[in-house]
Amino acid sequence: MTKEELITSLKTIVKPYIQDEEAFNNLTEETDFINDLKINSANLVDVVLDVEDKFDIEIDNDSMEKMLSVKAAIDIITNKLNQK
Amino acid sequence: MDKKRIVITGMGVVAPNGIGLSSFTNAIKNGTSGILFYKELEELGFSCCIGGIPKITEELKEHYFTSLQLRNFNSSGILYGCIAGIDAWKDAGLETDVTDVDFDSGTIFGTGTSGVEKFREAIYKLDDKKVKRLGSTVVAQTMASGISAYLGGMLGLGNQVTTNSSACSTGTEAIIMGFDRIQSGKAKRMLVGSCSDHGPYLWGGFDAMRVMTYKHNDTPEKGSRPMSVSASGFVPGSGAGAMVLESLESAKKRGATIYAEVLGGAINSGGQKNGGTMTAPNPKAVVQCIKDALKNSEVIAHEIDLINGHLTATSKDAQEIESWTKALQLKGTNFPHIQSLKSMIGHCLAAAGSIESVSSVLQLSQGFIFPTVNCEDIHPEISTMINSNKLSDKLISKPLKIIAKASFGFGDVNACVLFKKFDS
Repeated sequence: MTKEELITSLKTIVKPYIQDEEAFNNLTEETDFINDLKINSANLVDVVLDVEDKFDIEIDNDSMEKMLSVKAAIDIITNKLNQK
Repeated sequence: MDKKRIVITGMGVVAPNGIGLSSFTNAIKNGTSGILFYKELEELGFSCCIGGIPKITEELKEHYFTSLQLRNFNSSGILYGCIAGIDAWKDAGLETDVTDVDFDSGTIFGTGTSGVEKFREAIYKLDDKKVKRLGSTVVAQTMASGISAYLGGMLGLGNQVTTNSSACSTGTEAIIMGFDRIQSGKAKRMLVGSCSDHGPYLWGGFDAMRVMTYKHNDTPEKGSRPMSVSASGFVPGSGAGAMVLESLESAKKRGATIYAEVLGGAINSGGQKNGGTMTAPNPKAVVQCIKDALKNSEVIAHEIDLINGHLTATSKDAQEIESWTKALQLKGTNFPHIQSLKSMIGHCLAAAGSIESVSSVLQLSQGFIFPTVNCEDIHPEISTMINSNKLSDKLISKPLKIIAKASFGFGDVNACVLFKKFDS
């Protein structure tokens, strides 16, 4: 899966939780989930569950804590996919 | 010092026979039943397979909740409570699209238990060793105060935001607690009410106690028979009722429409003594509660035009009537009109007191007495205490001044409130 494909999938996953439409439309690798997209921090666990379902991977607590931006998410997902 | 006068400026209701004030008003005037047979209950082996569940469409949900709030949402009580609460707030002419907190407004919104179906989902996942997969909203949907927490956020309430719980007296208790808070000067307005989940996981415990009727699975609308000699247990219901209580001063300042005045009320417990138990009321305490409510409201018994009773359609109905006759010192033809909304919607448990209070205030403000259905065969113990024309299965058009509403609950707890037609 290419990075662009990953970003597209991730956009679909975070869409229900975002509270800043403009930041979402301009989403890049550098976009931060909380500071830019204004996702409620409690909803980050829901994002992680949706990522697990979409990619059929399991995200451990350490990885979850780091999953605060598009870049971090892509790194973690790529890493987990490679371990499969 | 003069006591602060407290008025009702908005109401909302989600009942098995009507959602929203106008549809609910039509239903109660026409004696429309909200009781249906539910195959799910039969398949689970329930003795009582009938119940009252408000019909909420997906479209209606989207008027009250964001799509994010509806993700993995599975708490029927919170759903009903939010709809009734927001409707009441809007009906009072108050802002729902708020960006700032309002420290003068709060909520006391009760429930018995919250999100039982959500809790069930969570338990299945947990037992499957998937605690990490629960998602972020299990706590908010299953904590007892879920309903007040949801409403507090939706309306920006900054005064007390809490949930009371006193079994089937919860809704009436919430009104009295909100009344007290405004009267003591701690809040200007309080959204008060209560809600109850529907379904087998809430109703099962009652079915096991054999306190729900099992004789009307083929005739659901005939099942809830308060004050009838053929009453054979209550029919479970669900939903929510809500009111905006406000100091008269604040209501006048806003130019709000006033439905009625809350004169006062009383809350007590029978201590599970003198015949009172976990599940049965101590009649001495019921009498005391009604007397205290009259005293607190400065009302004398013969001023009461109508009693909206607890009257669940169990063998305790006659005992309740006896308590009213003792507390009011009125009987026969001197006794006020009496009614039970449960004949149409069943016993909505924690939501009963608030839905029934909304029905009481509608009758006061519009001048009618709704029919109590299924009481054509009035219990002889009741007809020896009060004249049988005090109980009507037909709609009566009549101006009313004062209504007494009482609710009683497991734990031997009682609540009684008095509403008066507003007179400036």
